[in-house]
Amino acid sequence: MVDGKPLVSIVSAGLSKFGKREGLYARELFAEAVKEAFDRCPRLEPKRDVKAMFVGHMGEAYEHQGHTGAAAADWAGLLNIPATRTEAACASSGAALLSGVYAVLSGLADVVLVGGVEKMTHRSTAEVTEYLAMASDYPFEQWHGITFPGLYALMATAHMHAYGTTEVQMAHVAVKNHYHGSLNPKAQMQKEITLEAALTSRVVASPLKLYDCSLITDGASCLILTKPELARRFTDQPVHIIGAGQASDSIGLYERQSLTSLQATKLAAQKAYQMAQVKPEDVDVAEVHDCFTIAEIIAYEDIGFCRAGEGGKLAESGETRLGGRLPVNTSGGLKAKGHPVGATGTAQAYEIYLQLTGQAERRQVKDARVGLTHNVGGSGATATVHIYRSET
Amino acid sequence: MSTEAPFTIEQFYKFLAQGKLMAGKCMRCGKIHLPPRPLCDNCHGQEFAWMEISGKGTLVSFTVIHIAPQQFQASAPYAVGIMQLENGLKLPGMITGVPHEQLRIGMALTVDFGACTAAQPWPQWPRYCFKPA
Repeated sequence: MVDGKPLVSIVSAGLSKFGKREGLYARELFAEAVKEAFDRCPRLEPKRDVKAMFVGHMGEAYEHQGHTGAAAADWAGLLNIPATRTEAACASSGAALLSGVYAVLSGLADVVLVGGVEKMTHRSTAEVTEYLAMASDYPFEQWHGITFPGLYALMATAHMHAYGTTEVQMAHVAVKNHYHGSLNPKAQMQKEITLEAALTSRVVASPLKLYDCSLITDGASCLILTKPELARRFTDQPVHIIGAGQASDSIGLYERQSLTSLQATKLAAQKAYQMAQVKPEDVDVAEVHDCFTIAEIIAYEDIGFCRAGEGGKLAESGETRLGGRLPVNTSGGLKAKGHPVGATGTAQAYEIYLQLTGQAERRQVKDARVGLTHNVGGSGATATVHIYRSET
Repeated sequence: MSTEAPFTIEQFYKFLAQGKLMAGKCMRCGKIHLPPRPLCDNCHGQEFAWMEISGKGTLVSFTVIHIAPQQFQASAPYAVGIMQLENGLKLPGMITGVPHEQLRIGMALTVDFGACTAAQPWPQWPRYCFKPA
């Protein structure tokens, strides 16, 4: 029985539709997520109650717009409160969530809105490739033409060499997450794919093919956090965060000891498990950072869902598919739900919030009580892990 | 080998343009930094010496990039990899002179300084690359 002490409680959550959202600015997408969070929580009086905001946003290049904290507060109708952008590449809103946990625990803000946003699809693939690469090392990686898929491809090549992981095993991650996405009305891709389609898609950075890569997406997400003792004031069904960990690693992949494991994930997970008094086998449902299929396989190993080198076999086994022992990425993950980078961390928490409150509809994991999210920045220079449990 | 040159990434590339692969060695704990750093990440030492290191090593991972950013699109598909040098340090870069289907983890490579000149101002210098040993 997991009954870890709540650090903070989630009393509401919102998610914009993910996809190609033409004609909208990031701040408008953010307002869409915020509207849902407000609607879900009628007892919240936002202007009175919300005392601070942290908003994950990776790149000002997309819209020629920085200063996202204030812009998001403005469009959320929450002007005058402190509103700060957090940036940790694709872990920007995982970092926003942890900042919100710190703020609530500090006692300085008893209700905090955390979230994230990115508007990407109006840019060309070449532009997005270049902007995403900014999360990697400039003078040695970007400078030598190493793209973001390229960095994960280097990990994939090394993992295949060390453990015999196969392209078929990676394709199984894509097929599973597309299946889950087909059950999520907010996912960018709601169509199932076949193993063959995944394996014959065009090469992006060998051995990674198009279907090994997450999507270019517009979207926003948010959560409303409060002190556990205030949670019941706002909802009868809070979800408690019982463990939180974040760690950093060298900005350059080449400087890391291992190419087959992310040390930042391991450290963040250890910290979160220890805080929550939870073991990997206690987790009922997880959202992990599948920016590439190999990343989900490595995440299984680093988070402790299987031993080092066995992530490929776990992907192939079906145990992480809905109906399996430990469903992973029931939302469709970054792969099918989509990856608006700054929004991803709190979008993962949104899915766990739905799962632990029994609101995940066709993709509901039966009796889910303990959830985990794992959000990675760059090629692993940042990782955040959060552990959640339902009230009962 | 010690010089007055600053222990910076720019200086590392200047040495490369002279055909030298230079690392910074921490005078306190002995850790070798490639590229050099102004503050030792191991012991926070602040005194360093330059040392020339061998450009020979082996390939520890590789990929062939097909979807490239704008400035590399003319070269795509191109191979990049991470080399482990003889002293154990690693360096990423492009791999030239090897047919893509013949790339193998463990193959012997050497750092090629041929394309490194200081003809253009930092940070516009051409890049080093890796070629078969």
